[in-house]
Amino acid sequence: MKYMILMQVRPDVLDALTAEQMQAIGEGHQAFIDSITASGEMLGTVALADPSQSKVVRGAAGGPEVVDGPFAETKEFMGGYYLVEVESEERALELARQIPDAAIDGLALEVRPVMFSAGSDV
Amino acid sequence: MTDRSFEDLWRGNAPQVLAALLRRYGAAQLDLCEDAVQEALLAAHQQWPTAGAPADARGWLLTVARRRMIDRIRSEHQRREREHAYADAWRPLADAETGHADDSVEVLRLCCHPSLSTPAQVALTLRAVAGLSTAQIARAHLLPEATIAQRISRAKARIRAVGAVFPEPSDADDRLDPVLAVLYVMFTEGHTSTEGADVNDVRLSDEAIRLARMLHRERAHDVEVAGLLALMLLTDARRAARTGARGELVPLDEQDRTRWDQELIAEGTGILDAALAGGRHGPYSIQAAIAALHDDAPSTETTDWPQILALYRLLELETGNPVATVNRAVAQAMVHGPESGLAAIDEIADARVRGDRRRIASVRAHLLERAGRPEEAIAEYLDAARATLSIPERDYLRARAARLRGGAAGSAAG
Repeated sequence: MKYMILMQVRPDVLDALTAEQMQAIGEGHQAFIDSITASGEMLGTVALADPSQSKVVRGAAGGPEVVDGPFAETKEFMGGYYLVEVESEERALELARQIPDAAIDGLALEVRPVMFSAGSDV
Repeated sequence: MTDRSFEDLWRGNAPQVLAALLRRYGAAQLDLCEDAVQEALLAAHQQWPTAGAPADARGWLLTVARRRMIDRIRSEHQRREREHAYADAWRPLADAETGHADDSVEVLRLCCHPSLSTPAQVALTLRAVAGLSTAQIARAHLLPEATIAQRISRAKARIRAVGAVFPEPSDADDRLDPVLAVLYVMFTEGHTSTEGADVNDVRLSDEAIRLARMLHRERAHDVEVAGLLALMLLTDARRAARTGARGELVPLDEQDRTRWDQELIAEGTGILDAALAGGRHGPYSIQAAIAALHDDAPSTETTDWPQILALYRLLELETGNPVATVNRAVAQAMVHGPESGLAAIDEIADARVRGDRRRIASVRAHLLERAGRPEEAIAEYLDAARATLSIPERDYLRARAARLRGGAAGSAAG
C-alpha cells in the first residue's frame, strides 16, 4: 500500500528552531531516508521551499489567474513529503513517528493513502 | 596506464572528433554525429583498458566514429527512401576530415547556442564536449537518465531547427560570452550539488574547470577566458574549508584558511596575472582579481578591502548588475563601517523584489548584526532563510538568527 506522509510545517515554529534542533532534524531525516531505503519502503521524498516562494494558479471564469501564494490565512503549510510503500496503515504511522518533525512541538505529519501515482518516484 | 588516464585520453579527444564529423556533415547532423562519437568513446572504454591505447588515439576514435556514422547514414537513408524522403546526410559537405585547426572551441560554441535554454546548453556541452555519458550527466544532476536523454535530444533537434551551421562564420570579436556564461553556471551548480558515491560520478565544477582549461589552451590571449578559469580555480581552492564536518556552510570569515589549496591558488593567480598584463579586463577577470585578494589574505582583518572595494566599483560600472552592488556594499562596510554598507544596499532596494531577495536580505542581516542592531538582523536572517533554495544555506541563516536570539536573551538576563 502506498502512503504519503505529508510534513505539515509552521514557519513561525521553524524560525524559532535552535542550531541543535536543526542539526538533529537534518541528521534525523538522513537516518530516516537511509532506514526506509534499506527496508525497501522508500519511493520518494521532497523538501519544499518556503511558502513565500509559492505562486497559485487558480481556476477562474475568465481563465486561470496566477497570484502570489499560497493562502495568507493559514498557519500550517506543506513542507514536503515522503512517499512510501508499506504493508499496513499501522506501519505508515510507525514510520511517521520516526520522522524528526514528530519530536518538535508545533510540527505535524499527515498520513494519507495514495490512490494513484505516476512518474519516476513510483 | 590507469583507467582514469584512459578516460582522460578519449574524453580529451571527443570534441575534436565530433568537430571533424560536423565539418563534413554539417551542424544539422549533430544528432547522428554526436551519437557516432559516443559509440566510439564506448568502444574505447571497452577496448583500450585491455588492448592498450592506440598510438594515435584521435585517429582511432575518428575512424571508429566515421564508420558508425556511415552505418547510421545508411540505415537512415534506407528508412527515408522507404518514406520517399531525401537524406541530406548522404552527401557530405566536405571530404577533408582532418588537417583543420583545433575545432573544439567551435563545438563548444555550437553546444552553447543562444537558442537553447541554459539547462539544455549545460547538458549538451557535458555530453558533446566533455564526452560524458548520459548516465553520468544524470547522476551529476540527481535526475533520472530519461530526463537528461530527452533534454539532450531536444537540444539537438533545436540546433537543427534553427539552422545552426558549423563552424560558425567567425566575426571580428568571436563572442565567447554565451560559452563563458554556460561554463560558469556549470561550475556554480557543481559547487552546491551533493557528492556522489559512485566511482563513475563526476563533479560538475570539475567538468567546468576541465572545459575552461581546454578553452584557455585554445584562446590563451583572451583575458576573459583566462579570468573565468582563474576565478574557478581561486574559488575551488577554498572547497575543503567551505563546509564543516556535518556538511554545514562555513562563511569566508570563519573558514580555516590552512585548508585552502595553495597549489590551485598559485595556478589561478599565475593565469590571472598573465592575462591582466595585457592591460585589459572584463567581468570575469575582475571577479578573479577579487577572489585572488581573498585567497592571498591570512584573515578577514588583513584582507585588502580598499582594493576589493575599488574592484567591485569597477565591476558595478562594467556590468550594472545589482549583485555587484550588493558585494560592493559588503566591501564598503569593511572599509567604512556597517552603516555605510547598509546605505549602499538601500540604493538598490527595488532589486529586492526582482529576485535578489535572498542575497540582499542575507547581506543586510550580516551588516545589521555588525552594526549592533540584533532585532533587525534576526528578521533579515529569517527572511533570507525563507528565500533560499539551498538547505545548508537555510540552516546556516536560521542558526545565525538563533545565535543572535540567544545572545539577546543572554544579555537581557544578565
